[in-house]
Amino acid sequence: MDKKLEPIVKDLQEKFSITYEEHRGEVHCFVKAEQIVEALKLLRDEHKFDLLSAQTAVDYYPKMSPRFHVIYQLTSLEKIAFIQLRVPVNGDNPKVPTATSVYDTCNWRERELMDMFGIEFENHPDPRRILMPEGTEGHPLRKDFPLGYEEPQFTFNFEEINIRKPYAKE
Amino acid sequence: MAQIEEIGIGQFKHLVSERALRGETMLLNMGPQHPSTHGVLRLILELDGETVINCIPDIGYLHTGVEKNMEAKTYQKAEVMTDRLDYMNTMGNNLAYVMAVEKLIDVDVPPRAQALRVILVELQRIASHLVWLGAFGLDLAAMSVFLYCFRERELVLDIFEMVSGQRMMTTYIRPGGLWRDVPVEFEKAVRDFVKLFHKRVDEYERLMTRNPIFLDRLVGIGYLDKKTALSYGVTGPMLRASGVNWDLRKATPYLGYDQYDFNIPTREEGDTYARYIVRIEELRESLRIIEQALNKLPLGPVRSDNRKFVPPPRSEIGVSMEALIHHFKLWTEGFLAPQGSIYNAVESPRGELGAFLESDGGPKPYRVHMRTPSFDNLAVLPEITKGHLVADLVAILASVDIVLGDIDR
Amino acid sequence: MGIEQKLGNMGVVTTTLEQVVNWTRTNSMWPMLFGLACCAIEMMAAQASDYDMSRFGMELMRASPRQSDLMIVAGRCSKKMGPVLRLLYDQMPEPKWVIAMGDCASCGGVFNNYAIFQGVDEVVPVDVYVAGCPPRPEALIHGVLTLYEKVNAEKLVPVKA
Repeated sequence: MDKKLEPIVKDLQEKFSITYEEHRGEVHCFVKAEQIVEALKLLRDEHKFDLLSAQTAVDYYPKMSPRFHVIYQLTSLEKIAFIQLRVPVNGDNPKVPTATSVYDTCNWRERELMDMFGIEFENHPDPRRILMPEGTEGHPLRKDFPLGYEEPQFTFNFEEINIRKPYAKE
Repeated sequence: MAQIEEIGIGQFKHLVSERALRGETMLLNMGPQHPSTHGVLRLILELDGETVINCIPDIGYLHTGVEKNMEAKTYQKAEVMTDRLDYMNTMGNNLAYVMAVEKLIDVDVPPRAQALRVILVELQRIASHLVWLGAFGLDLAAMSVFLYCFRERELVLDIFEMVSGQRMMTTYIRPGGLWRDVPVEFEKAVRDFVKLFHKRVDEYERLMTRNPIFLDRLVGIGYLDKKTALSYGVTGPMLRASGVNWDLRKATPYLGYDQYDFNIPTREEGDTYARYIVRIEELRESLRIIEQALNKLPLGPVRSDNRKFVPPPRSEIGVSMEALIHHFKLWTEGFLAPQGSIYNAVESPRGELGAFLESDGGPKPYRVHMRTPSFDNLAVLPEITKGHLVADLVAILASVDIVLGDIDR
Repeated sequence: MGIEQKLGNMGVVTTTLEQVVNWTRTNSMWPMLFGLACCAIEMMAAQASDYDMSRFGMELMRASPRQSDLMIVAGRCSKKMGPVLRLLYDQMPEPKWVIAMGDCASCGGVFNNYAIFQGVDEVVPVDVYVAGCPPRPEALIHGVLTLYEKVNAEKLVPVKA
């Protein structure tokens, strides 16, 4: 592990009893959902992780339980250090407390996750869909959502698709 | 097809001021088709006369499903999608994704490929800033800047066409190196461009930098302080214009950026004019990097010889059975990437462009997320437009340098 | 002065009304200033110094659909954008034409997924399709000239089939 990260991970372990993994020099800490806001606050205030670079999620359906991992990628400008927090979330009622009080960027990032994965962020100030139109069914980035592939039109099947394609009228 | 919703106050009740609910202020819809929103951005403005009280961006009009689509393709084929994310910075997008893949499969890149990547990415930065500068001029009603900028941009695109055969969607940077070596004319073309462009930057500056109209419209407009910027995850020239010296090329030198001598232009003012100055300075710094990289350009292969992940060069396929098998395997099934997850970020013209990859050991990425800088840079817009006029909003929006493909993905 | 003097002794030019109308329509066709994605940048390049579409009577890009004759759908059209695009088309006055610029607008291109219309002809009727991802500015100009041929062949009174 990077020397700069050792005391930080130790601190996190003491306060939140986290587990961590290492992969290609990156450190991934697993935090419980109810502790994530406190953990982010600690990292921001005491360890100078000023920038939340990315917030995303992974859907492990149907391979793993808990189904989702919400991922917080943090950057420290002063120490030039990078750390990743992961929050495992259950599939049937995915809920994570919102981190908008710590980083303002979480507002839009969490709206995106709500829209794309259907993960609810409790007490979010603006819980609307962000990318898909209002009234869309389902959450596109979940693994059980179909890609929506349509058969492309080539010369050999031109006529066949031409008949059923919903062309617009004048 | 769904109908367009009427713009009503119901949806935005929690975002507008109380006066809007009493009907004392006006809600105005700007976009998605508006010449100064740089694409299909919709802004809902709450106005008191000409003054913006609240600005609510509504995005998603260009939502393309890139991430989902990339998960359905092999690692090499998914790269094609990254071009179309941030279409002003195609080489940079390729680089961010390819570097993440290389980190995942642990492949080294030969030094010649690294140096060529630096040259191409810096050329792309110039092209991207030129489009920005031209559009910025147009938004401030300076038509000639637009024409000048596109004149020079064509020169950069000609170089891209020379190396890759495409003007914009190049997909030239591939996992393990480059698609092929650059042609012999490349070096002369780049040198000619660098020589010419030094003068052209001065020309733009003569047109704009001390222009009184320009100064009146930009100085002190759209102030963004350090703390807000960091909290909103703002990166790139916007962050540097707010006085934070943060550039991933210096902080985590990738591609051997530590060999080159260049500065990170930083300003303390944090207003629209500071962002303009930072980008103009970046044009000059990019030129310096290109010159140094050209002078040091090493000879050698441009592709890693790790045949398990990187396809063999065309010349080998005709003579070696093994090469043919590798070529066939790699382009039909793709390679099996080891399990694990990777986050890798590079500095794009707009800020930190990160690629998050999760692999389950198969030939397709299990999850791809592109951390796109414009998304966070736009999120701060409501903060920096409050209290300004609608005409200033146009200038502020232009100075943020958004690309809608980058935001909506 | 000059040209009138030269043409002055040519007397009267006779032609059909149809040809005059179509000639004026093709030589002052105003496109809508409206881009969706990547192709919009190439459309800007086609307007800018090197390619200069004003040679074909298109120097004036109108930001308002009410003042434009031609809609260049430059880029991919998402499901959220579809209704807006149709509204813009409906707002344009007759006669009006549509060019689908690029692969995404023509057939969905590389984005065969839930978010993108597989061809913008599902939203608005398209006259000319321009291939390329993105098409070069020359390709767009060629598309425009192809449209001109189509316009020049139009009849003022529809012929009964």
